[in-house]
Amino acid sequence: MHKLGMKGLSLTSILIGLIVGLMPASGYAKEIADTVKGFDHLWYEVMVSITIIGAAFTIVMVYFMIKYRRRSDEEEGSQKPMSTVSAIGWAVIPVFLFLAEDLYMAAKGWELYNDYRNVPENSMEIKLESAMWSWDYTYPNGVKSYNELRVPAGTPIVLRMTSRDTLHSHYIPDFRIKEDSMPGRVTYLWFYPQAPGEHVVACAEYCGLLHSRMAGKIIAMPEDEFTAWYKAEAENLEQKLASN
Amino acid sequence: MMYVLKDWIFTTDHKKIGLLYLIGSIVAFILAGFMALLMRAELSAIGPTITTNPNDYNVWLYFHGAAMILGFQIPALTGFLANYLIPLQIGARDVAFPRVNALSVWLFYMGIVLALMTFVVPNPPDVMWTGYPPYSVLTPGNTALYTFTVLLLGFASILGGVNFLTTITFMRAPGIGWNQLNVFTWCTYGAFILQLIFVPVLGTAVTMIMLDKYVGTHFFDPSAGGDVLIYQNLFWFYSHPAVYVIFLPFIGIVFDIVATFARNRIFNYKAAIYGGIGGIVLLAGEVWIHHLYVTGMPDWIRVGQMITTLMISVPVGLLFISLVGTLYKSSISFKTPMLYGLSVIFLMLIGGLTGIPLAIVSLDLHVSDTYFIVGHFHYVMAVAGTFSIFGGVYYLYPKFTGRMFSETLGKLGFWLSFIGVNTIFFPMMVVGVVEGMPRRYWDYQQFPAAESYHVVMTYGAGFIALGFIVILFSWIHGMFKGEVAGNNPWGSRSLEWTTTSPPLAHGNWEAVPAIAEGWGPYEYGTKKA
Repeated sequence: MHKLGMKGLSLTSILIGLIVGLMPASGYAKEIADTVKGFDHLWYEVMVSITIIGAAFTIVMVYFMIKYRRRSDEEEGSQKPMSTVSAIGWAVIPVFLFLAEDLYMAAKGWELYNDYRNVPENSMEIKLESAMWSWDYTYPNGVKSYNELRVPAGTPIVLRMTSRDTLHSHYIPDFRIKEDSMPGRVTYLWFYPQAPGEHVVACAEYCGLLHSRMAGKIIAMPEDEFTAWYKAEAENLEQKLASN
Repeated sequence: MMYVLKDWIFTTDHKKIGLLYLIGSIVAFILAGFMALLMRAELSAIGPTITTNPNDYNVWLYFHGAAMILGFQIPALTGFLANYLIPLQIGARDVAFPRVNALSVWLFYMGIVLALMTFVVPNPPDVMWTGYPPYSVLTPGNTALYTFTVLLLGFASILGGVNFLTTITFMRAPGIGWNQLNVFTWCTYGAFILQLIFVPVLGTAVTMIMLDKYVGTHFFDPSAGGDVLIYQNLFWFYSHPAVYVIFLPFIGIVFDIVATFARNRIFNYKAAIYGGIGGIVLLAGEVWIHHLYVTGMPDWIRVGQMITTLMISVPVGLLFISLVGTLYKSSISFKTPMLYGLSVIFLMLIGGLTGIPLAIVSLDLHVSDTYFIVGHFHYVMAVAGTFSIFGGVYYLYPKFTGRMFSETLGKLGFWLSFIGVNTIFFPMMVVGVVEGMPRRYWDYQQFPAAESYHVVMTYGAGFIALGFIVILFSWIHGMFKGEVAGNNPWGSRSLEWTTTSPPLAHGNWEAVPAIAEGWGPYEYGTKKA
């Protein structure tokens, strides 16, 4: 009776997991999703649950180790062969519990993944071409920049990425996001600098000799400062083109 | 002397072949471990420390990864342990094809020699053990050496697969049914099914790289209609199952060790075999995309394989319940092999559970290719895997040498290594997620906060080195000074302990061992033996 109750419970959680998972993604959310907060929250939740699982196994194991330590040389274990019913119970119930936990986590992970992959409207689109060993950014107005990306705070930024030579991965730890760039394919990632500040960019896909020195910087500027800088750069660019 | 050498080189005895695998894989382990020490020294401070050339670091890292996985773990588990134990556990005189077995071990040694040429050729390979194109095609490094090393070792594995599947299926002594096999035998069966299916895919992938680099084909060159991601798909289609090729035998030997030293029957044997091992074999080939979460694969397959990857926790969970359950109402003796066996359960809990955030695609976007993932797979493979190999060596030591090792030395080596691995690999996971420290970095000046973690990890590496020296010494010391062991010093019920130590050179037993009606390898607490 007790076992049946547990099975019912885990079936319910599977159903809940499925329903949450299959809910339509909130594609064009009015509010810009905060993936950093979302990541930190889900990470914390997962850490708590794996710690509980790990601790449960460890506590049981250590308890058995103390309780059943060998006291005399002739001693043998005395576990009896299992009855078919309890063997099936000890297989089926854990399977349902683990499956329920898995599907619950998958649903949570999928929800956050939708935020990561749905680029907010009104994002500023910047093209990135990676190369051994630099990050080459191109702004919508044609202004180019190397290894340093100035962006306006308060605007979501989407990078459309490709690569000139081999694989690289544009990684911004502060925004909990990376995606590979590679020749022949265009990939993307987006991030949302809410306040002015500097953020490290690192290469996360092995690309040879100077892989570890392929460092960049994202500088989020107050919006008016950025606009001034952006206009000045555009004028510089025009003058250069005119003088050619 | 020449005679002895000839005897070993041309042997077809599964026990000698097993020991040859052990010696070769320990050599690979020592060299790969030495590379790890060089890397830890380099990373002990920001800026160049022992080399100013990042290429040196990249070559060490390449060799460390390739040698540890292809030269140490797979051969030690599916070469040494499988060769030594399988015929003894099923009551066979030898494997099904002893001369094919000899060919496997020769190919393995040739693979080791090729791998060693890394230190001789002018442009050593620097493609990491994964060999991703386009870099492996563009690099001035010698990618062909990588390809041929993989092909030789892969071919040795395929031959081993044919051999052991045949042996276990057809050569069990009369009276041993499928439900009376040791868990280790079952695990090896599962591992070799995976090897036989997936190794050819790896062979294809690395051959295509070589063709691209040296013959001028364009499989992975988008400018001529190729695609860079095909390789990663082929590579991980093999290399994720390869994780289970390592995991299954190591958890199998832990089952044998735990049952022997706890003198107890396996808790829910059939759930562990058919649910645990069977489940892993079935799921192994449907999860590889989790290695490609950040490569721009389509969203539907990333989410789909997130679910299959998380489902791996089901069969692994069954194996864990069975292992911990085996301790219930047992009689535990904490000899050296058991310390390794029990610690593997604990370490594999850390390794396995930290795989859960990595399976969740949205969390992987941050921690993929950072030290978090390096810490995670080192807990699984380098720590749990290596500890079970060492536990297996200590467990079988009286059988293959006929002598006992020193318990004091064995325990000292264990504790030094246990402290070492946790000092290095736990901070590794923390620095990966907290600082975002990326992997495969020769230097990390843009991550100054990571330096203190690196210092701690370098100390940890020192402890492991010290521990391994003690372990190696205990093995050599025991061969000369150890007490004579007798046939069954652990009081095991498993079949391999019924023969002499060491077993007869040919045939293992005087006559085919008689198997009592309804016998099982773990039936402690009964009168059946």
